[in-house]
Amino acid sequence: METAESTAIDYKELDEIIEKEFDLDKENLIMMLQAIQDRYTYLPEAALYYLSAKINVPMSQIYGVATFYSTFSLQPRGRNIISTCRGTACHVRGAETIREKLENMLCLSEGETTPDNRFTMETVRCVGGCSLGPMVKINDEMYGNLSSDDQLKKILDKYK
Amino acid sequence: MKIQSVKDLENIRRTYARELYYPDSIKVNIGMAMCGIANGARASYEKAVKEFSEDSRVAIRQTGCIGFCEKEPLVEIFKSGTPRIIYKNITEDKISETIQSHLENKFKKDWILGQVRDPRSLIEEDIENPLDAVTPFKEVPFIEDLPFYNRQVKIVTRNCGYIDPDSIEQYIARNGYSAFFYALNELKPDEIIKTIRESGLRGRGGGGFPAGIKWATCAKQKGERYIICNADEGNPGAYVDRSIIEGDPHSILEGMLIAALAIGSSQGFIYVRHEYPLSIKRLVTAIKAAEEYGLLGDNIGGSDFSFHIKISTGAGAYVCGESTALMASLEGKVGRPRAKYVHTVEKGFRNSPSNLNNVETYANVPAIILKGAEWYASMGTEHSKGTKLFSLVGNIKNSGLIEIPMGVSLRDIVFEIGEGVVGDKNLKAVQTGGPSGGCIPESMLDIPVDFQKLTEVGSMMGAGGMIVMNEDVCMVEIARHFLEFNKEESCGQCTPCREGIKQMLEILTAICEGNGQKNDIEHLEELGSMMQKFSLCALGTSAPSPVLTTILYFRDEYESHIKDKKCPAGVCTSRFQQRGKEKSPCQ
Repeated sequence: METAESTAIDYKELDEIIEKEFDLDKENLIMMLQAIQDRYTYLPEAALYYLSAKINVPMSQIYGVATFYSTFSLQPRGRNIISTCRGTACHVRGAETIREKLENMLCLSEGETTPDNRFTMETVRCVGGCSLGPMVKINDEMYGNLSSDDQLKKILDKYK
Repeated sequence: MKIQSVKDLENIRRTYARELYYPDSIKVNIGMAMCGIANGARASYEKAVKEFSEDSRVAIRQTGCIGFCEKEPLVEIFKSGTPRIIYKNITEDKISETIQSHLENKFKKDWILGQVRDPRSLIEEDIENPLDAVTPFKEVPFIEDLPFYNRQVKIVTRNCGYIDPDSIEQYIARNGYSAFFYALNELKPDEIIKTIRESGLRGRGGGGFPAGIKWATCAKQKGERYIICNADEGNPGAYVDRSIIEGDPHSILEGMLIAALAIGSSQGFIYVRHEYPLSIKRLVTAIKAAEEYGLLGDNIGGSDFSFHIKISTGAGAYVCGESTALMASLEGKVGRPRAKYVHTVEKGFRNSPSNLNNVETYANVPAIILKGAEWYASMGTEHSKGTKLFSLVGNIKNSGLIEIPMGVSLRDIVFEIGEGVVGDKNLKAVQTGGPSGGCIPESMLDIPVDFQKLTEVGSMMGAGGMIVMNEDVCMVEIARHFLEFNKEESCGQCTPCREGIKQMLEILTAICEGNGQKNDIEHLEELGSMMQKFSLCALGTSAPSPVLTTILYFRDEYESHIKDKKCPAGVCTSRFQQRGKEKSPCQ
């Protein structure tokens, strides 16, 4: 399993993100962090120090932003992120049961990653598919009207 | 090509309106908003493209969503001179048969939702209804007559489901950007503001502040002014803004352009939540297309007016829907609200005057400019004008997105438009306003829905989420669900909110686990009232609402949890007592 220490940072690639895509502009900090996280599945400490020096924002402030917003992770995550929706419409249509089913199928609690790095289990506060609840988001794909183990298994099988 | 004049715009309109209403081939429109896609629309679309790519008679196109989520994927098929038929639940396995049978004039009757009577939007009355000369099908109902649609008035959603959201030409074909050109060429800034003020348009993001007054105050300020669109729809149960962006992104850009003209701004921002990847994609495409046509950028339409729009994405923080927190987040900082004794219209983003409205508010603007303040103000109630979008969800038969005039009663929304509770269960409550709102009991369903009434009964309009709850939902557990949400989303800087929510949640959790104490209800009320008075921002002042309204209307449920250790709905007994034991998966 990849650990925070073993992540190799490609600084040229970081420059692409920080300079080219986001113009070294401090106001784009959140989007820079998103791009870095998309690349590494999380925010590696070394990358944050590099970013801090590049855009001249103190590390304390970057750490503040990285921990304030719920989509950021300071720990490596799996190749696929499962987010069960905990919005109210999903909640009244059985989201809790779906979450328990998924947790049991993958032996994972919220925030954990499978040993083979295949999945990380997260929750999300409403993905806006309320008429199809309960919903689960895997990476950028949405799945709705979930109920049975079979259905969940078929969906999970799509992700390697 | 840059659009330099109204004439240029008219030329594009004429060319593409023909393609939109009188296509040469048989047009298959597949609803591809997020809920359509999650229900299988993409698979249907890909199959249709694959199977009919060689067939020159057929053109497969994507559109936004016409709102009837329950019947997704929705597919509309028509050709020039024949009725426009909308088919329901057309999944991958049905799409080929649907198109093939339509081609052979052997329509799959059972799969039809209805036919369209008039596809024009309400700002296209200057052209003829393309279906006037068409003989409708007998025995197929008109969409406009279905209970789900017959009370709807589509102002904001005027194009949703009728155009390809990625096509600026189709937006123009439906009279898009003509309100902007009219404002640019014919109206002075204060005339635009006067129109918006007289229309009675109030901010659709939750608070309901009159948009015209906000615009007027911002326009009076000196220096660089910013136009900001709040697309951070974090309210669980609401997907109003998502549907507008995914169905008709240009209506938002046009609304912002008109606001920029009125207020005197050259820079706009759209703050959109990271959880809406498709919305971000649609907005990026729309802005690029508008720039290519010279509708955004420098010297728009050959005038000296310049306006740019930048997209910023959030990163999962509900509190960033609050205006000052949103502006801090736009600056790349932690999204903590500040006290608002200095208004954001005076000092907001970058400490400069900033006008913030949400997606639905801006999308109303072009229609108001074209049809006038009086027209808009003729709809709705005394203090709430126009229409409001709601996402009608939960235990409801017809779930989906609806746009109705203000003032329709909750009962009509649930039992006529929504056709009642799903299954044979009874209705217990309707929740509005998300984690800042309240649960309205069945006995109060006759209230007309507007800003005032919802506030009077202890709830609020919010972003437009309307969650129908049946008798199996435990009101204590729902209050707990919202408080848990608010606890995680509280930014933590002011004590009443940070500590108040935590204490209330502890009490509620104990009640749900059967450990409620004698004075718990009174403690909850006391804590809630303290938070309402002393919290810094609206998240804190409204966080107790779900608890206080459920205590007010469902006190007996709290009492039976506390005194009899019983959950009348059977939710807490089965779930929370187990969960208290900290069982982890696979053990």
